[in-house]
Amino acid sequence: MTRRYSIFALVRNALSYHENWPQVWRSPEPRPEYDVIIVGGGGHGLATAYYLAKEHGITNVAVIERGWLGGGNTGRNTTIVRSNYLWDESAALYEHALKLWEGLSRELNFNVMFSQRGVLNLAHNQHDLRELHRRINANRLNGIDSEFLTPRQIQAMVPIMDLRGNGRYPVLGASLQRRGGTARHDAVAWGYARQADARGVDIIQECPVTGFRITNGRIEGVETGKGFIRAKKVGVVVAGHASVLANMAGFRLPITSLPLQALVSEPVKPVIDTVVMSGAVHAYVSQSDKGELVIGAGVDKYVGYGQRGSLPVTEETLAAVCELFPLFRRMRMMRQWGGIVDTCPDASPIISRTPVENLFFNCGWGTGGFKATPGSGWVFAYTIARGEPHPLNAAFSLDRFRTGYLIDEHGAAAVAH
Amino acid sequence: MLLIPCPYCGPRSETEFSYGNQAHIARPEDPDALSDGDWAAYVFLRDNTKGVYLERWVHSHGCRRWFNVARHTVSYEILAVYEVGTPPPDIELKTEI
Ligand SMILES: Cc1cc2nc3c(=O)[nH]c(=O)nc-3n(C[C@H](O)[C@H](O)[C@H](O)COP(=O)(O)OP(=O)(O)OC[C@H]3O[C@@H](n4cnc5c(N)ncnc54)[C@H](O)[C@@H]3O)c2cc1C
Ligand SMILES: [Zn+2]
Repeated sequence: MTRRYSIFALVRNALSYHENWPQVWRSPEPRPEYDVIIVGGGGHGLATAYYLAKEHGITNVAVIERGWLGGGNTGRNTTIVRSNYLWDESAALYEHALKLWEGLSRELNFNVMFSQRGVLNLAHNQHDLRELHRRINANRLNGIDSEFLTPRQIQAMVPIMDLRGNGRYPVLGASLQRRGGTARHDAVAWGYARQADARGVDIIQECPVTGFRITNGRIEGVETGKGFIRAKKVGVVVAGHASVLANMAGFRLPITSLPLQALVSEPVKPVIDTVVMSGAVHAYVSQSDKGELVIGAGVDKYVGYGQRGSLPVTEETLAAVCELFPLFRRMRMMRQWGGIVDTCPDASPIISRTPVENLFFNCGWGTGGFKATPGSGWVFAYTIARGEPHPLNAAFSLDRFRTGYLIDEHGAAAVAH
Repeated sequence: MLLIPCPYCGPRSETEFSYGNQAHIARPEDPDALSDGDWAAYVFLRDNTKGVYLERWVHSHGCRRWFNVARHTVSYEILAVYEVGTPPPDIELKTEI
């Protein structure tokens, strides 16, 4: 039984020295058969399971994760959330997610620390500036809050930024989405896991999916480290490993898996209370509640499944960060890591049926899927439950690479994250 | 940082090279005969292998020549370098899950 978290629970448990908190979710052995198996226990997979149970009443569900919950990109990302994408299809999808974020802590009874501290996207040259205005106008037509900031207004918001960019990256303007911000990545996975479990979903960790059983073009179940598990439907949400699982199922994806890296600095006093992104120089900065600077970098240029990130990319990002924020030059970086992102040729996700009946894929979020976690789970649950996409994700099909209806957010959405 | 052995210039650091993704994708012989699905496969679909991957690199800031590399995409070990237009070397194309 999941007990509600509240101030009273906190006080009650404080009295017993916090030794009697109940387990947050069960760790059951897999049953022989499920209505739906979700492969991948990141935020997207757990959200999918939660919405399957909550919105569609499908509770005979297992989430199968090779490692631990949120140990993939969910727990490795720089947590920027925004919805100011250029094209109508993306704007609708990401805005749907942002609306869910706005009520998420309450809905999950779990503090996901969603902080709408605003997200700035910088323009460094005339071309950037024109693209920025175009995107701001497109956002507004789609009812998404988006405004232009002059250099003077930027300086007022982020006094520590050098607007001359030391001559190298001059800042000519920025877009601002005030409703954007950051969230606590682990909490998102844990919050969804706890509520999915409460509704009967089995969460099975340390259990890799090693193959699919497919008969006459129809899915029968998955082969796993704990044996064969039968399923009526299977949804795969494994981020950087999407191609690996598609190859197991006998088809290929238009995806390239690349390491994307991030760094955190030593903790310092509050110096920046918003999120600053610069797509052009591949540097993204915010400050965590612990005081660390959270810095996102660019992707490696070659296919890689090593969760590291290459050194030239680290160097390039830190060089840009130092030009924009001279104050950070003497700051030490505490940790650096990488996650494997599933990049798509048009920088948009694939949330789709596949050539195999009752096998669904949700992938291609690349460098920017954390922000979509609630919305992605919501539309994927719908797609699996109904066997067809929701209007919000209909355009994000695998078939768009055949029809040519690409949703090209490369550059359009101010790149990355 | 990768040290890539250019077959023409010798080992150089990764920053001198650009990447061309999967090797051995032949341009369709009769483009007019292709269906939309065939085009999609040619243009977009890739193996994106976790394991030994046969891929193309170009020494952009050196001799500017293209060549093929067999590289393990988890350990990043470079197992073989060979000329464009030649068949892949006789190594086991191991994959991982
Ligand atoms: C450094 C970095 C910074 C980023 N910054 C941002 C940002 O600021 N904003 C933003 O919106 N997005 C960002 N992203 C992207 C974002 O993290 C991802 O798009 C998103 O988290 C993907 O969620 P997911 O649940 O699909 O993937 P994951 O959390 O990676 O979950 C997939 C799970 O599948 C499991 N799996 C893989 N293979 C198997 C198998 N065979 N069997 C069973 N399980 C398997 C993995 O172990 C993993 O836990 C960033 C990513 C990185 C790496
Ligand atoms: Zn050379």
